[in-house]
Amino acid sequence: MLKKLASTPYVLWMAIFVVVPLGMMIYFAFTTADGSFTLDNMLQIGKYTSIFLKSINLAVIATLICFLLAFPAGYLLSRMKTRRQNMMLLLIMLPMWMNFLLRTYAWMTLLENEGLINHFLELLGIGPLSMINTQGAVVLGMVYNFLPFMILPLYSVMAKIDPSLFEAAADLGCNPMLSIWKVLIPLSRPGIISGITMVFVPSVSTFIISRMLGGGQNMLIGDLIEKQFIGSSYNPYTGSAMSLVLMVLMILVMAAIGSFEDDEMEGIVV
Amino acid sequence: MKKWLARGYFALILLFLYAPILVLIVFSFNESKSRSNFTHFTTKWYTELFHNELIITSCWNTIQVAILASVLATILGVFAALGINAMRKRSKALLMNLTYMPVINPEIVTGISMMLLFVYICGVLNTFLGEGTVELGLWSVLIAHITFCVPYVVLNVLPKLRQMDANVYEAAMDLGCTPLQSFWKVVIPDIMPGIVSGFLMSFTYSLDDFVITYFTNGSSFQTLPITIYSMTRKKVNPQINALSAILFVVVLLFLVLSNVIQSRAEKQREES
Repeated sequence: MLKKLASTPYVLWMAIFVVVPLGMMIYFAFTTADGSFTLDNMLQIGKYTSIFLKSINLAVIATLICFLLAFPAGYLLSRMKTRRQNMMLLLIMLPMWMNFLLRTYAWMTLLENEGLINHFLELLGIGPLSMINTQGAVVLGMVYNFLPFMILPLYSVMAKIDPSLFEAAADLGCNPMLSIWKVLIPLSRPGIISGITMVFVPSVSTFIISRMLGGGQNMLIGDLIEKQFIGSSYNPYTGSAMSLVLMVLMILVMAAIGSFEDDEMEGIVV
Repeated sequence: MKKWLARGYFALILLFLYAPILVLIVFSFNESKSRSNFTHFTTKWYTELFHNELIITSCWNTIQVAILASVLATILGVFAALGINAMRKRSKALLMNLTYMPVINPEIVTGISMMLLFVYICGVLNTFLGEGTVELGLWSVLIAHITFCVPYVVLNVLPKLRQMDANVYEAAMDLGCTPLQSFWKVVIPDIMPGIVSGFLMSFTYSLDDFVITYFTNGSSFQTLPITIYSMTRKKVNPQINALSAILFVVVLLFLVLSNVIQSRAEKQREES
């Protein structure tokens, strides 16, 4: 009995600081400045459909690139000798421990018109290319910042796959491509799901990467929401409505790819 | 052949991950502010950095918040895990959903929703105490950090509790321990690895957090990531490069050290 009571402070804490704020967000999404009910905030979001679509589009591209890069990496990593495996894991994790603002800043300086990459291109007689403030730069920033989040869950699931399964598949007449399709991918499903979640969610909702690498022209949902809360045009009503849509969107996406099945969410805590 | 292909692939991935950081570090020693021409070697940006009061204060703020938030989150989380572990299936499922909420929600949503609550609290208090007496600051950042850290403690401690043999606790009592004693001497040591990893995760997430702090810090309280952000807004500032270099070296040393300690402990275990 006493044991069950041990979680009471936690329940209270989470109720006050997680549930109540989300409740307030929902409340604000449907009220006007003088406190009466309205659907206006929600309807106004229609104006920003293109920004929502752009955010989703860029995040999908970034997630796809991360997956294509991380899948072979995770597999190769899982087949290495233990010592080497630990060493490589450490090397992949290390950049993640640097603040992501600094990592994004690094690309900002590289992609600039007078940056190092253009400097080299000039020596080769190409360019200068305008790379900063483009959608490509934003996608690059997403891939760079979140790639390890895709490699790690893929690796940790693949490391548990019994290698003799691939031999069995080969014995039964699978060529390598077919055994990737029929054995490796189905067995790495939980890793694929957490990887996609861990790259897609922060990519869709970012406002730093788009601001630092995308300039003013590449506003994403995150920027839109941030503008409502920080700065002179404080407007928590529209802001809450946008955040609510973002949150529901994420829940739908996660439900669609199956993040909520079984214990698969546990993959998020590596 | 296959081996070399694999190695080449990893070399490319690592090049992609490290090249930008290395360029940043190299240019922290560049005399001119240019980020493509290396003119002369200098350490002046480091000297400037160490005399930058804003950086020093925000470093101190960050460490303060990280220590307080991770310690408090760990205490709250360990008790939460004990309680959840003893619960029946339905209330357990409900609490787990509550626990996952801040983990899966986009950070910006967590940030703005807490901002709404804190701004509201400030508003209410200010009508009683007079305008401007209460504003967002250390307290709101601390509450926010504890809130996004606790779930990680719970999620790290719960599996350890599940693996624990419940009979051990009772055996300790049979041997004359009071419930409190057997808790301290049996349960806590048993789940210690989970507590430590939950604590470390909380500590690093708190140190590193930008988005949630950005919405809950108000105008006067700055942590290091917030200061870094305002520095990057001003475009050319080689002090950022110097700061990156220092942080990179600190992280590197920390990871190498923890790896050495870990492998030593493993060796000792094998020998005994």
